[in-house]
Amino acid sequence: MFRTALRNVLAHKARLLMTVLAVMLGVAFVSGTLVFTNTISEAYQKSSAKGFDQVDVAVQQAYRPDEGDRIAEQPKLTPELLRKVAKVPGAESATGVVTGFTALADKDGKLIGGGFQSQGGNYWGKDDPRYPIEEGRAPRGPNEIAIDAKTAERAGYKVGDTVRLSVDGPVLSPTVSGVFRTDDGNVAAGGSLTLFDTATAQKLFHSPGAYDEITVTATPGTSQDRLRSAIDKVVPEDVAATITGEQLADRQATQIAASMSGLKNGLLVFAGIALFVGTFIIANTFTMLVAQRTKELALLRAVGASRRQVTRSVLIEAFVVGAIAAVAGLAVGVGIGAAMRTLISTLGETVPDGPLVVTPGTVATALLVGVLITMLAAWLPGRRAAKIPPVAAMSSVHAKATTRSLVLRNTIGALFSGAGVATVLYATTLEGSDGQVPMGIGAVVLIIGVFVLTPLLSRPLIAAAAPVLRIFGISGKLARQNSVRNPRRTAATASALMIGLTLITGMTVMAGSLQTAIGKMAADSIKADYVVSMANGSYLSSDVEKKLAGAEGVTAVSPLRNAESRIDGQTEYVTGVNGDAIGELTTFPLDEGAFEVGGTKVVVDTESAQRNGWKAGTSFTAGFEGGERQKLTVAGVYEANELIRGILLDNRTLEKRLPADTRPADMMVMVRTSSGASDAAKDRLAKALGDNPAIKIQDGDDLSDDIAQMFTLMLNLLYGLLAMAVIVAVLGVINTLAMSVFERSQEIGMLRAIGLDRRAIKRMVRLESLVISLFGGVLGIGLGVFFGWAAGELVASRMATYELVLPWARMGVFLLLAGTVGVLAAMWPARRAAKLNMLAAIKAE
Amino acid sequence: MTTTPLADRATAVAARATELSKVYGQGETRVVALDRVTVDFRQAQFTAIMGPSGSGKSTLMHCVAGLDSFSAGSVRIGDTELGSLKDKQLTKLRRDKIGFIFQAFNLLPTLTALENITLPMDIAGRKPDKQWLDTVIGMIGLADRLSHRPSQLSGGQQQRVAVARALASRPDIIFGDEPTGNLDSRSGAEVLGFLRNSVRELGQTVVMVTHDPVAAAYADRVIFLADGRIVDELYEPTADSVLDRMKRFDAKGRTS
Repeated sequence: MFRTALRNVLAHKARLLMTVLAVMLGVAFVSGTLVFTNTISEAYQKSSAKGFDQVDVAVQQAYRPDEGDRIAEQPKLTPELLRKVAKVPGAESATGVVTGFTALADKDGKLIGGGFQSQGGNYWGKDDPRYPIEEGRAPRGPNEIAIDAKTAERAGYKVGDTVRLSVDGPVLSPTVSGVFRTDDGNVAAGGSLTLFDTATAQKLFHSPGAYDEITVTATPGTSQDRLRSAIDKVVPEDVAATITGEQLADRQATQIAASMSGLKNGLLVFAGIALFVGTFIIANTFTMLVAQRTKELALLRAVGASRRQVTRSVLIEAFVVGAIAAVAGLAVGVGIGAAMRTLISTLGETVPDGPLVVTPGTVATALLVGVLITMLAAWLPGRRAAKIPPVAAMSSVHAKATTRSLVLRNTIGALFSGAGVATVLYATTLEGSDGQVPMGIGAVVLIIGVFVLTPLLSRPLIAAAAPVLRIFGISGKLARQNSVRNPRRTAATASALMIGLTLITGMTVMAGSLQTAIGKMAADSIKADYVVSMANGSYLSSDVEKKLAGAEGVTAVSPLRNAESRIDGQTEYVTGVNGDAIGELTTFPLDEGAFEVGGTKVVVDTESAQRNGWKAGTSFTAGFEGGERQKLTVAGVYEANELIRGILLDNRTLEKRLPADTRPADMMVMVRTSSGASDAAKDRLAKALGDNPAIKIQDGDDLSDDIAQMFTLMLNLLYGLLAMAVIVAVLGVINTLAMSVFERSQEIGMLRAIGLDRRAIKRMVRLESLVISLFGGVLGIGLGVFFGWAAGELVASRMATYELVLPWARMGVFLLLAGTVGVLAAMWPARRAAKLNMLAAIKAE
Repeated sequence: MTTTPLADRATAVAARATELSKVYGQGETRVVALDRVTVDFRQAQFTAIMGPSGSGKSTLMHCVAGLDSFSAGSVRIGDTELGSLKDKQLTKLRRDKIGFIFQAFNLLPTLTALENITLPMDIAGRKPDKQWLDTVIGMIGLADRLSHRPSQLSGGQQQRVAVARALASRPDIIFGDEPTGNLDSRSGAEVLGFLRNSVRELGQTVVMVTHDPVAAAYADRVIFLADGRIVDELYEPTADSVLDRMKRFDAKGRTS
């Protein structure tokens, strides 16, 4: 049986080509993802492990949980503790580590490293073993810094240059005193590291005399564990916890693996979609191969092969095809993994160097996935092959698929579709997260239902295209009839395309609607002309607010200041605002009461009011950091949005209750100017802040651009990932057309003989392809809009400004894309059809 | 031999091959399928081409019908010389001037019988001549089956539809390649009867390749091919006279 199967594979090389390609692409996607994530993950782990070379034991702040109305005071790592730790037997040296965000500007004043990887730290003592100086010397005093060699090279900074940087607002202009080397993972990944001397770093990042961490090295001959237990004896448990360097490295490795597995799983979902689409092609191909071999298989049965053997021969064939495709896919996947790493480095995101990692797991997964998917998809055709009666070998009539057996299929499809639609509709009536699960189930059931129904749907939908096809004369007529000739095959081909387009359309509808809703929300509620914030989203110093208030033409300023509080034994984050100005800067729909913030009067949003049972006039007590309490009264209840939510209280009230050395945590500062938003006003604000590279000054348009950009980026990423599913679907269309052309070669030969020229033959094949592709496109876009609408209903239950926005232009583009897919896919089959030797075709068989 | 100079005959010529040669392959594998064949097919005449397998009878038909290219000589359909035509022009010629009936695969399964009959006109984008169409359909006697698809028709009925299709566009000449090869004798007789009637009553020109002496007996004239050459010709044939001639070639072939 195996030999027969193998011979069959070899005999149908060309017809199996598309199947192999489809499986190969899916497997390549899977193995590429695995290779890429493994490689990156290992590189990061190696580079971060290097970062712990200088650490034998680390002393870290202990976490004290809040209790009741009191906010726990978090312990500090003091110089006193450091000295104690340094004296522990077995300790060679102890280093106080201070870290924080430091935005470094390049020579054009732009931020280096995108914001999120702009790190700052302290240079410990005269000779910090963590950061070997390559050039110059260690930074000393508030006006000197050292920068890492990679950043220095990238920005072109040398020792002696004056650079501009910012930690939380004010611009500093220190001199570069030295350039150092580092294995820091962030730097390796394209970030920058700026070092100050320890006192300066403490002042900039925290409070004087406090460290984020104390790292200790052991004397030769002292193990990490021994040193750790020695340190444990001198460190109070409620102040600090200890951990060995090895444990730190392990922990980091786990974290890296966890964050990479998120990326990996995300990519694998898309690989899964591509593979799923591929199964349609595989099933189609094997169905055709079985149909073509009816006589042959019947002969096998006639000479004594059992049904099982026939099924097995088809499955063995699938196994061989799957194995070939999987091996090819694995090879391509390794290439993709390598290419992705290169691509990422050329995009400016440096990835730590390291070898390409192809684990046995990757190889096994790739092979298993390829073989199993192919065999699974070939299983039904294999079963069908076994049902061919031996007598079929003698009869001259092929047992061809007819519309007769579709009755059962249509009934099942209708039931599934109906149940799916009903579940989705029911889910839209639920609130937010309650509806997610039923909606997901409903969506899956509906998609399955539509799959099953596509043969039925193909007739009316393709008939609807008849008037257009009539323009193309006989070619159009034949194309239309050919496309509904084998409804199952047409359906499977169109379904493959449908999946990709359903997802693409659904996401586009959702994203477009969300973007509009968020933009509208921001525009509706913010009256401020400008919103000032940190490039990386970290906190601004209170200095920024003061400087902005003093700038020319500014009429109202308010920060949004984050503060933790305890209310009724729960942690609540309150937002401190300038009570006098907030009314001029924002406008919210009020549920009740008045929008009044000042003294003990606060406003709360609908959600927190509901949660705590507050109404206008209700009083409650909030406990703050440092232990002080404040009685507050609800003046009004407002409807929150994505930008501003929760409890708003006056900063003057807040400041009174916070310890004097608390660093204000301003998320953003809203500004209103006398002349409204203009370039000149923006320039004045920027100047007032000293043209700070780390600070963003945005007007309403900038904000919506930001939001739009975020959504565009996300959508483009999704489009890119779903493109694979579409490419596989294109292979499916090519495959189907090639099969059709092959099966109908006699007909095509006859048509050529009685006077249909090559162009008309090509047009006929192209139109058939177009019809199938557009059929899939229309189904996909239709389903996508439905899902987009349904998911939007869930969002709308929580977001007042949400409304469905149908991206007509995009949908047009998608339909055009489907059409293009059709035309492109038809190129090769159409040419083959036109080149067909008509004499051979007519004479065949 | 009864071979007379065919060109001397009085009636107009529908198709003519002059010194027609067709050679496959080169060197060792060189096969001469047609060796300087000169033949006329006169209008309103039913010609059968006969010969043993490999005699070149099908090749002759294919070359004259513009289905296949030839190596040397010339072929004319009416006033048109085929040798100089490109594929596109050849296709147009086949569409407008020639009708075909093949042994099998004559009909498109997706089209109804009527649609199959009018297919050549549809391809040309012409409206069929209603009166003529009715005449043809009346003749083949399938008026009540016009909306059926080929799969709902018997083999004989399918071939009758094919004959109707060939006649419907009033071509200058109809070529048949073993048109009754797949039919039982009764259905075959019907189809051949229609072909003969179309020549007698409608003035159609028909050329048919066959290996069946009974089928050839329906023709006005039989041409015998062997080894790529015309070796004999017979007018007003009967099945017996055709069989007789064939036996003679067979005997000759064995003795030579």
